[in-house]
Order: sequence, then C-alpha cells, then structure tokens
Amino acid sequence: MSNFFESHWVLTLLLLLPMAGAAACFMVREQQARHVALFTSLVAFAISLPLFWTFRSGTAALQNYTSVPWIGAWGIGYTVGIDGISILMVLLTTFVTPLAVLGSFSYIQRNQRAFYAMLLLLLAAMIGVFVALDLFLFFLFWEIMLIPMYFIIGVWGGKRRVYAAVKFFLFTAIGSLLMLVAIVVIVYLYYRQYGVITFAYNDLVELPIARDLQFILFPAFALAFAIKVPLFPVHTWLPDAHVEAPTAGSVILAGVLLKMGTYGFLRFALPMFSHAATSPAVIGTIMVLSLIGIIYGAWVAAVQPDAKKLVAYTSIAHLGFVMMGLFSLTTLGIQGGILQMVNHGISTGALFLLVGMVYERRHTRMIEDFGGIAKVMPVFAASFLLVALSSIGLPGTNGFIGEFLILIGTFQRYPVVAFIAATGVIFAAAYMLPMVQRMLYGELDSDENRALSDIGARERLVLAPALLLIVLIGVYPQPFLTRTAASVEALIDQVERRAVSAPAVMGASDIRFDHMPILGFDEQNERIDR
Amino acid sequence: MILDFSSPIDYLWALLPEVVLAATGLLVLLIDVFQRGDRSGPSRAWVRWTAVAGVLIALLANGYLLEFDVPVRSGMIAMDSFRVAMNFVILGATVLALLLAFDYLRREGLDIGEFYFLVLMAAIGMMLLSGSRDLIVVFVSLELMSLAVYVLTGFNRKDPRSAEGALKYFLMGAFASAFLLYGIALLFGATGSTNLALVTSEVARGASEGNFLLYAGVALVVVGFAFKVSAVPFHMWTPDAYEGAPTPVTGYMAAGVKAAGFAALLRIVTIELAPAASVWGVILWWLAVLTMIVPNVIALAQDNVKRMLAYSSIAHAGYLLVGVVAGSAVGRSATLLYLAVYAVMTLGAFAVVGIVAGKGDSRSGLADYRGLGWSRPLLGALLVVFLLSLAGFPPTGGFIGKLYLLMAAVDAGHVSLAVILVLTSFVSYYYYLRVIWKMYFEEAPDEAPLSAVPGASFRLAAVAAALVILVAGLFPGLAIQTAEHVGEDLSPRQAAPLSQPVAPTGVIETSTN
Repeated sequence: MSNFFESHWVLTLLLLLPMAGAAACFMVREQQARHVALFTSLVAFAISLPLFWTFRSGTAALQNYTSVPWIGAWGIGYTVGIDGISILMVLLTTFVTPLAVLGSFSYIQRNQRAFYAMLLLLLAAMIGVFVALDLFLFFLFWEIMLIPMYFIIGVWGGKRRVYAAVKFFLFTAIGSLLMLVAIVVIVYLYYRQYGVITFAYNDLVELPIARDLQFILFPAFALAFAIKVPLFPVHTWLPDAHVEAPTAGSVILAGVLLKMGTYGFLRFALPMFSHAATSPAVIGTIMVLSLIGIIYGAWVAAVQPDAKKLVAYTSIAHLGFVMMGLFSLTTLGIQGGILQMVNHGISTGALFLLVGMVYERRHTRMIEDFGGIAKVMPVFAASFLLVALSSIGLPGTNGFIGEFLILIGTFQRYPVVAFIAATGVIFAAAYMLPMVQRMLYGELDSDENRALSDIGARERLVLAPALLLIVLIGVYPQPFLTRTAASVEALIDQVERRAVSAPAVMGASDIRFDHMPILGFDEQNERIDR
Repeated sequence: MILDFSSPIDYLWALLPEVVLAATGLLVLLIDVFQRGDRSGPSRAWVRWTAVAGVLIALLANGYLLEFDVPVRSGMIAMDSFRVAMNFVILGATVLALLLAFDYLRREGLDIGEFYFLVLMAAIGMMLLSGSRDLIVVFVSLELMSLAVYVLTGFNRKDPRSAEGALKYFLMGAFASAFLLYGIALLFGATGSTNLALVTSEVARGASEGNFLLYAGVALVVVGFAFKVSAVPFHMWTPDAYEGAPTPVTGYMAAGVKAAGFAALLRIVTIELAPAASVWGVILWWLAVLTMIVPNVIALAQDNVKRMLAYSSIAHAGYLLVGVVAGSAVGRSATLLYLAVYAVMTLGAFAVVGIVAGKGDSRSGLADYRGLGWSRPLLGALLVVFLLSLAGFPPTGGFIGKLYLLMAAVDAGHVSLAVILVLTSFVSYYYYLRVIWKMYFEEAPDEAPLSAVPGASFRLAAVAAALVILVAGLFPGLAIQTAEHVGEDLSPRQAAPLSQPVAPTGVIETSTN
C-alpha cells in the first residue's frame, strides 16, 4: 500500500475521483446528491491524508511524480507531482472540501445535484492547480476552476449574485489571459534556444530569460496571481464574491482559491523570473501593496456592519501577510507564509461556516441584529471565539505561528516593513473582538435571538476538525514546518542563483516585439517574406 | 493513380467530391419534383437523407483524393493535403448543418428540395474556392458559393427580415465580387496569366520591380476576400444578413463561407502571392486588429442572441486573420485547426439558437433565455459548451485553437497581435457569459415556455458536435499533428521551412533579422 502512496496514482486518483463523483451526482435522486458529494470528498481526503506521512520531508525533489506525454506535438504532458510547497495545499484542499459539503446540507435546497457536482468539479480543478507541473495543464485547471465557481456564486448566491459572479470571473480571466500570452512567449523562447516545444515546468523553469524581458513577463504572471491573492488594488472582486456566494462557496474561495495566487507566485513567478522578482522595484511594490492590504483590509473590516463582509475583508489583510512573507525571500518568511496559507484556509473557512450557521437561523448577517447569543448558543459562541482568536493570531492558536514566522522572516531583511506590518496584528484585534463582543455577548434583548437554537450534531461535526487543527498547529507546528523546509530552502537557492545568472540580452533566440506596420516599412516586410 | 491535367477526364477525377455533390444536388431536385404534392409526408425524408447521403459519399470521395498522384503541379485545381483538409471541414460543416436544420425547416415550412440543392451548390463553391489554383476558377467558385448563399439568406421569403438581409448581402456581395474581379484583372495585366503557379513567379519578379499594377491587384483581391470573410471595415452586411437569414443558414454561412474565404486567403494570398507580402501583410495586419476590436465591442451592446453571435463570428474572423498575418507554416496550421473547430462550434451555437427561437423564429432576445438551462437541460448544456468554446475557454477545442493562433503570432514575432487577441477575447467573455447567466442565474418567465422538442437528428448532431469540441479540447494531439502536416505541405515549394529551430546547442547566436 505504501507503494501506492509514493506513486503518482494517488494524485491521479484525487483528480479523477471528484470528476466521477460529479457525474454520479447527476445520476442519483435530488436528495441523495449531497451524500454522494460528502462520500466522494471524504474518500478524497482519506486518500490524500497518508501523503502527510509518506511524504519524504528531507528532500526538495518532486514526489509522487509522473510525466506522461499527452499532446505530443506541443510537448505537453500529464505531469504531476508534489513537493514541500504543494503538499500542504493539496491536503488543505481535501480537508476543506468535505467541510464545505457538510456545511451546505441544509442551506442548499434548489438544484442540489448541480450544486454538488460543481463543488466536486471545483475540488478536482483545485487539486489540479496544485499538482500540475506542466504549464498547459496548470493553465487548464486554473481556468476550468472558474466555471464551477461562476455557477456556484451565480446560481446559489445572494441578491447581487450575478454581479458578483461575473465580476469574479472577469477579474480572474483578465489576469489569466495575459499570463497565457506570457506562457506562449516563454515556450517560444525555449524553442528558439533549444529547438524543442515544451510546456513542461521542469524545462521552462531553467530557461535563462533576458533581464529586460523578465520585466515584461513577470508582470503578466504576477497580475494573474495578484488578482487571485488578492493584492490591494485588484482585490475588489473579493468582498462581492465572498458575500454573495453561498457558505460553501465562501469557504472554498477563502480556504483554497486565494491560495492559488500565492502558490502561483511561489511555484512560477519567483523561480522563473527571479531577476525581475528580486529586483528592488518589484519587492518594494509588493511589500507596499501587502502593507496596504494588511492595514486597509483591517480598517475596512472594522467598519463593516455585515459579519460576512467583515470576514471577507480580513482575508485581504491575512493574504497581505502571506505575500509579505513570501517576498521576504527568507526561509522563515516563506515557511511562515505557507503555514499561514493553511491557517487562513482553516480559520477563515471556519468563520464563514459559523456566519453561515447563524444566517441560516436568522436570515441576517448584520452584526447589530445579534447580541448576547452566547447565552442561547454556548457551543457556537465558544467555537466562534476560538476561531476569532486564531484569526487575530493569539499565541496558542495557529494564526500566531504563521504571523510570527512571517514577521521574523521579514524583519531579517526589511525591519521597517515588519514593524509596520506588526501593527496589523493589533488592528486585527480591533475588528475581530468588537464583532465577537457585539454578536455573542451583551444583552440578549430580542425575541428572535432568544429563540435561537444551538448548533446541532452535524454542525458540530463540521466545526470540530477545524477547531482541532487550529489548536494543533498552534501548539505543535513542527510537523508542518518540517515538510516545507527542504523545498523552501531549495527555492530560495534557485531564486538567488537565477537572479544572478539571468543573461542581459537574449540574442538570436529573442522574441521580437513588433510595432504597428505601415506600408513600406522595410524591416517588417523582410520578416514577412522570411 | 496518376492524374494528367491535359485530359478533361482526369479533371473529373480530381473533382470527385464536387462531382458527387453536384450529382446529389440534381438528384435531390428530381426527387422533390416528383413528390411535390406531398409537403409533409414521408417524401421529405427521401429528400433530406439523399442530401445527407450525398455529402457523406463526397466525404469518402474526398478521402480518395489522397490516392491520386499529380506530377505536374500547375493544374487549375490543387491536389494537396490542404484542399483535402478544407474539403473535410466544409463537408463536415455541411452534413452537420443539414442534420441540425431539419427541425427548423419543418417548423418554418421551408422543408423543400431547393434548400438542399442550394446548400449542396454552396458547398461545391466553397470546396472549389479553397482548392482553386486559377484566378478564373477562384471567381467562378466564389460566385457559385455566393449566389447560392444569397438565395439561402432570403429563403424564408415571408419574413421581411430575411428579405432585407438577403438584399443587403447581395448588394454588398456584388460590390465585393467587383473588387475581386477588378483585382484579378489587374493581376492578369501585371503578370499575363490567371494560373496561380505562373502568377507566382511573375509576382516574384514584379514585386522586386515595384510594379504598381501588381500591388493594386493584390490589394483589391485581399479586399474582395475581406468582404467574404467579413473583416472590419467590410463587415457591414454581416449582422443584418446573419440576423435575417433562417438560423441554420446563418450557421452554415458563418462556418462554411468563412472557411472557404480563409482557405482562399491562405492559399492565394499567403502562398501564391507571398512575394507581394509587403502589400497584403500590412493590410491584413490592420484588418486583423480592427476585426478583433470592433465587433467584440459592438457585441457587448446586443441583446439579441442571434445578432450577438453574428458579431461574434466577425470577431472570429479577426482571430483567424492573426493566423493568416503570421504567414508561416505554423500560422497556416493554426488557421486550419481553428477553422475546423470554429465551424463546429458556431454551427452548434446557431442551431441551439434556432431551436430556442421557436415558431416564427422570433424568440432570440436575451430575455427569452431566462431559466432555459434548468427547463431544458440538454439545450442549455449544449449552448454552454458551444459558448465556452467560442470564448476560447478550456477544456474546449476553441481554447486549443486560440492557443495555436497565439503560438503562431508569437512565433512570427507578432506579440502585439497576441496581446490584442487575448484582450479582445476577454471582452468577448462578457457577452458569452451573459447568455449563460440568463440561462442559469435567472428565473424562467411565467409565460408559455419553449415547447418544441428537437428531433433525434438534431440531438444526435448537436451532442456529437459538443463531444467533438470537448475531445478537441482534451485530446487535440491528432488534430494538431494533422494541421501541422497540412500547414507545412502548403508552404511555398522553393522556400526553406519558415521557422527553423536554432541548432539545439543552447548557444546564443547573433541576431540576423
């Protein structure tokens, strides 16, 4: 059996199983679809969980790797594998999805078959993004993921669901399309250099790219990832999408989708365009944008009357921390960033689940409509408090470990940035604690709130795994850090090596950037004749 | 079998698929004449299935063309793999269009023999156009195709929109034919021949001398084809003609006429007139840019789905022009592959629109699509596949086609075209998504829902088309290899391969261009 968990089959199965599950959802009765989805996502989790132990943490090599030719004419292969950067992301995905499914049992009443099929397709696409090591395959999953999410927000979302769904789709698409052109340019750079067309990550990542060209290609990738993260000026789709999406959609969005952006930076943008990515201009820009995200996200969150929107804005702040850690390019910073990606997935996912639970009971998410509900919902209140503290980053919870590592890592290189970012932790308390206080404590003064019932067995089952992990990572993060260490160090080496070795000019293998042709433009004509 | 083009009999062999279609067309008319009294009975089936069978036999005959060996490549008709490939695309589009049209024709009372005859004649024109190697044949085949399509556009003569579209199309088309004919005349004047093989060598000489007659001729020929493929600013007829024509005809026009026009552009302009690239390269570059930007922006404002798809088909001409502008073997392969995928997806999309439009062909507003995805799951899912493919979204053939065009553009150094292509595709996402959100995100109106149930042939053909698109998106290896082979086969004979790789040593050489 251990053989299976060291082969690529475990990843392949993780991709195929949800697709089969999605098809199965359409074949059963309307009321059965949720059970199919829960079963499929639990099996996927069960398959992926042993990876945590079979994963060899001492090495940065790709594991569970395979490469099967797929579209031979273009050198595209079915190439998948995991390393220390992606293993936690895969596990996070399979961990969050069953919770999202279970959390939708009573909320989703219409078109259940389609809903659960979309959730499962989303699961396959998300895993695909994290395990794909071929740029074509990666792009395929990266784009396909938009379709189920578009439907999840658009069909089962709130009042402004159409607006939110389209905004989400278009924001992500504009970035990906420019990234597609950049991918094609890289493929052709490689072709000019080595005479082979390939989309394989392992080949393209070692391609020397001229320094000035890097400053054109890096932004094309960075925009796609920054929108997904989301970094400050391109974040505006996030509050809309999170608020309008059904609970499961928000949980998946916050829990996993946002990490695709940060993962993309780590996996593609940093090692491929190291020279551009480590230049002072880019680092400076990203640090400033991250800081704005941390502080702006916190301030805007603090004034939200809608609990769900508040949680949505905290995502911007948390992901700002992650980006800061990644671009500090220190081992601690990146490790902290990866861990914080996991933490945010768990904590914010749990927060959305909790907000969804009270919304189902009261059909409102306005903070002012609640008050003192800890008296009638003690279990709910305790869970909410723990998750909120984890989101703030209280020592003893997972959030503390992640943010602390990020701050230390950043401080080693950019002390001022770390200093400013540390104030964000205080602001986090400033938005989270008042919400907790106003919703859970104080006078229980309305009849509707008095009639609230505490969360039931299914809801406790949804929350328990998340609460457990919050504490577990909080007190014993070492297993998670060990698994990322080798890959992170290798990545930093690779980035530093390639930043220096990037050639100044490309010569014959360069791709020409044309201008607008005008009649009689000789150079242009010559080239067309060629 | 060796063909000798000095013998007329051998020409018949070389035109085997066209001959089969012509015979079928006449047969269809005959059957129809003898069964005129019976407009709805079983005789319809005879007419229909004769036409379909004829196209299928022509497909077989087309495959047989590969058996022929032509030692002299100066005939009036090409015998290369490009012609065979284009014939497959056109015949495939024709059979798909016929199968998808049955329900519509029956509903609108248009199910008469002439329809099938005209479709078959148009198909012959398209096939000849994509295979012709003589400027006279180019003109005659273009007219054969155009005249058939003009009549088809106005086929629903009780509908004023249909008549209006046909008249507009006819007037503009005649104008375009005049351009083309004048260009041909100038080319003849400049080179002394209409045979493209001879013209090519003369063009090579004339281009180096800066022959004005030649340049004007090339420019007019390009403009003539630009009308036919509806490139901006020669697209004015398209929205009206596409909206007015019976919907299956619209799909067939969008797929077939465009495919034939692009085949002619590829063969005549990028191959035979390659030495005059300084003229057409620039014209086509600008046409490509305009044709990508203008219709995509206009389509945003359309709330009639049929008209929106008409603008979308103009936009696709822009994407295809990128492959033509690239002018390389990769560009030709990419254009060919995209044409094939485009024919399937646009036929599919128009077919669904034709069914949804209901009796009288009137329900094609965006509002008529509300809730359709839930009330008619099959139609909804099919339209989603076709629209996503038109948008160029993975995992569909449309994505592979667009990726191929991007690769061709980047390979030829036209990174700016690649960027414009993706940005305009981005704009197009909005109007494709809008149809999807009407279908799935909004509630169906209370008024009477769509009642017509598409027949078996429609369901079969539409599902097959959707599957083709998905397979082309997930397993395009064979299609790409074929397109690559055909693209290289079409390349100018004496010229070296267009994009030779630098020796795989990794050594950076100095720039030569």
